[in-house]
Amino acid sequence: MTFVAKPEVHHPQLPLNEIGLNRRDYEGLVSTLCAGCGHDSVSAALIQACAELAIPPHRFAKLSGIGCSSKTPNYFLGNSHGFNAVHGRMPSVATGANLANRSLYCIGVSGDGDSASIGIGQFAHIVRRRINMLYIVDNNGTYGLTKGQFSATNDKGSTSKRGVPNLYEPIDLVSMALDIGAGFVARSFSGDKGQLVPLIKAGLMHRGFAFIDVISPCVAFNNHNGSTKSYEFTRSHAASVVAADFVSPHEEITADYGPGEREVVEMPDGSRLHLRKLEEDYDPHDRAGALTYLQQAALDGEVVTGLLYVDSDGTDCHEILDTVDTPLSVLGEAELCPGQAALDGINAGFR
Amino acid sequence: MTTYNDFVIRFANVNGSGSASANGMFAKALFRMGVPISTHNIFPSNIEGLPTWFEVRASGRGYHGRRQGVDLMVAMNAETFEEDVAVIVPGGYLLHDNSGGLDPRLDRPDVNHIGVPIAKLVVSEYTDPRQRKLFKNIVYVGALAALLNIDFDVITGMVSTQYRGKDELIGPNIRALEIGRDYARDYLECPLPIQARRSDAVGDRIMIDGNEAGALGAIYAGATICAWYPITPSTSMAEAFEKHAARLRVDKDTGQHKFAVIQAEDEMAAIGIVIGAAWNGARAFTATSGPGLSLMSEFLGLAYFAEIPAVLFDIQRVGPSTGMPTRTQQGDVLAAAYASHGDTRHPLLFPSTPGESFEFAATAFDLADRLQTPIIVLSDLELGMNENLSDPLTWDDERRYDRGKVLSREDLDSIGDFGRYMDVDGDGIGYRTLPGTHPTKGAFFTRGTSRDAYARYTEAAEPYTANMDRLLVKWQTARTLMPAPEIGRRRHRVGIAYYGTTAVPMAEALHDLAQDGVRLDTMRIRAFPFPDAVADFIDAHDFVFVVEQNRDGQMRTLLVNEAGADPAKLVSVLSYGGLSITADTIRERILKHFDENNLARLTEVSGGQARRT
Repeated sequence: MTFVAKPEVHHPQLPLNEIGLNRRDYEGLVSTLCAGCGHDSVSAALIQACAELAIPPHRFAKLSGIGCSSKTPNYFLGNSHGFNAVHGRMPSVATGANLANRSLYCIGVSGDGDSASIGIGQFAHIVRRRINMLYIVDNNGTYGLTKGQFSATNDKGSTSKRGVPNLYEPIDLVSMALDIGAGFVARSFSGDKGQLVPLIKAGLMHRGFAFIDVISPCVAFNNHNGSTKSYEFTRSHAASVVAADFVSPHEEITADYGPGEREVVEMPDGSRLHLRKLEEDYDPHDRAGALTYLQQAALDGEVVTGLLYVDSDGTDCHEILDTVDTPLSVLGEAELCPGQAALDGINAGFR
Repeated sequence: MTTYNDFVIRFANVNGSGSASANGMFAKALFRMGVPISTHNIFPSNIEGLPTWFEVRASGRGYHGRRQGVDLMVAMNAETFEEDVAVIVPGGYLLHDNSGGLDPRLDRPDVNHIGVPIAKLVVSEYTDPRQRKLFKNIVYVGALAALLNIDFDVITGMVSTQYRGKDELIGPNIRALEIGRDYARDYLECPLPIQARRSDAVGDRIMIDGNEAGALGAIYAGATICAWYPITPSTSMAEAFEKHAARLRVDKDTGQHKFAVIQAEDEMAAIGIVIGAAWNGARAFTATSGPGLSLMSEFLGLAYFAEIPAVLFDIQRVGPSTGMPTRTQQGDVLAAAYASHGDTRHPLLFPSTPGESFEFAATAFDLADRLQTPIIVLSDLELGMNENLSDPLTWDDERRYDRGKVLSREDLDSIGDFGRYMDVDGDGIGYRTLPGTHPTKGAFFTRGTSRDAYARYTEAAEPYTANMDRLLVKWQTARTLMPAPEIGRRRHRVGIAYYGTTAVPMAEALHDLAQDGVRLDTMRIRAFPFPDAVADFIDAHDFVFVVEQNRDGQMRTLLVNEAGADPAKLVSVLSYGGLSITADTIRERILKHFDENNLARLTEVSGGQARRT
């Protein structure tokens, strides 16, 4: 596959966002993924979310590992720098990128092979460190680029295209993220843009590590009867527990809520997150309760979606390390080099 | 006959017994008397209970290498009595604890036994079992002060400095020193014919280990991010960076840090963090050893191909695998030069002294930014973890960081066409842009897969080979930027090449060889890719010894591969047992080569004519 140019013609009536850009300004190159791939819907949701947030496109840094999912940063935010790293190691590259320049919005896109198998160690540790970023896993349960091997998130008993069942227990990245301390954890479905877009916006605005596991069916290798990651299975088994509506700082609240149905979570930038409970028993601020709920739901064959956990007082790695507000990448000699006078004192200490 | 400031003393201890600080105090006292010393810490991969040795060599002539043979052994570990006694030179001295008489294993008729009833002295003075254990070490230091004629005031002064703030420890420590000194003075022949005396041979030099000097170099070079995974013998470098940064890199007003240190989950993550940070414009480094270098190899290939500056300090130890994790070696030369899959080559720097560890740290960051590629500094345990004499660290306040070719927003506005991998200047180095620089220009997608000059994905053969060929042009540029070899040429017909810590015993080896009628031109290789002077030196000599501390002659291989050297002209002198190479070893191997090949030894050179014996 080689570079494909997109037509430059814009629809004249595309709406402009607060900084005068339209959606096309947030797009990337034409996708080379299969027609109908869930990942393209995730990219589209990212484009919509970033455009609606009205953040200048070049203020994002996009990072990915290796796999179909990790190709997608080429297909959104064409005016942002992107980094397609090595397999399973996007978290470390994102960690370095975020430490170097805390003023950029960091988006990581990974897959289930990338994050739950080869990169599970790095995934666990980036969660622990609370790197301020949005981390999306396009979760299709299969290795697409190598033609359909099971991945570690594939459910036990879910079958391959040829009908062979997966024999091993699945790894649930959502439970893992909850367990290790992620401040924002959600699951969504690439086929549910209405749910996904506000989650992406909220995840980007959350301070700390925001994780969204997106069930994103693979039309080539994992969309058949017998698969638990197909469009049909996900549609029929998805159960949203908490709906999240994202309201930007100056936006009026237009949705009509009944009394007691919503909770407002203030975000660090002044935006607000309106949470609506769709499941009476579910509390998105109760980490332990969420884990229990998810485990029971998994036993019942249910795919729980929505905003599963949010810590409204999120912290990030820069706060933990107490780094200066100025990005480390822009500090120069004057701020960094102590000079010969200080070295004289250091030398004296070694005599 | 009394000799001054010329002896090797070795302390044989059990690790975890508190001996390290006592032995360090002994060494520092000599240093403060102006006696040139070098120290070698030979320690086990263990926390408590295994044998450990600490060696101090005093050399008025300033020879810093290890020397074979011990003049005075302090035998405090019964488990190693036999081997400890065996390495004493005939007529040398053995200080032992004779509280229970002379252990038969210590009996050797041709050494002088110095018995001090250390345990008895300690038991009668202290009641706390922990103090009894720790002060045994201080008692022998007190005895040695009297035996070797070390200024007692220097040692007591050090105790006062060391325990400032914990004043209750000063008295008991000084008391233990006095107990040892008084016993030696009252009951032993004191001082011995080997003695210390005040000297001005140290000058303004400092005593520092290479890891700490390298860490300071990274701070001075403006490194803001250190990501690392604990591995001996590199750990102390990352820890020293954090320690000094916590003092030197704090915002005066807010107390916030102008640095970030991440102890990563493994070495892959450590180098990944470095690459991510460097991609986003910060100076970042990692410190590791051989096993870590292996784990980082995939990422190093990415950084080479994606052209990301990164700095890696490899403090080499014995391999392969975990090898001897606490012993020194130069075994990673080839692994570092060619780390990763596909066609990759990485510039290397070989510091020899702590001062050079400092300097090369700063050089490495400039080279990484200039060349947009990983730079590997190859130190080793010998240099990294032993405190040794070094010229004071210096920094030119006029020096400016070379951040290489990075386009600003204004640059992007003024240029018409931007392609990340275009060779605009003909030096093989493209222009970088950093994320977040410009709203509409200069963004590109960094990847390890093939792309064209505009960073656009392609699998076509021509752009791929053109890019790989451009990287060779960049490699040639690198050759012109690397530190030049240090060459000593007096038109001898035979040369000797060495690098890193094999340089440490070289002055002594060359002096001794000259006495034997073997005179050699010298070349200390300081960097790879080799500047032209390296091949020129080899061409100009009949043959060249290549001295290194590994089994396979890795530098020799690199010289054959990369400097076009005739393999027949390169004679390896190798040592790889885990202890740093000594002058005696170098001398013996070279004399053996001369003898076996019936080569004439030169006695003198005058007017360009060599006379032969």
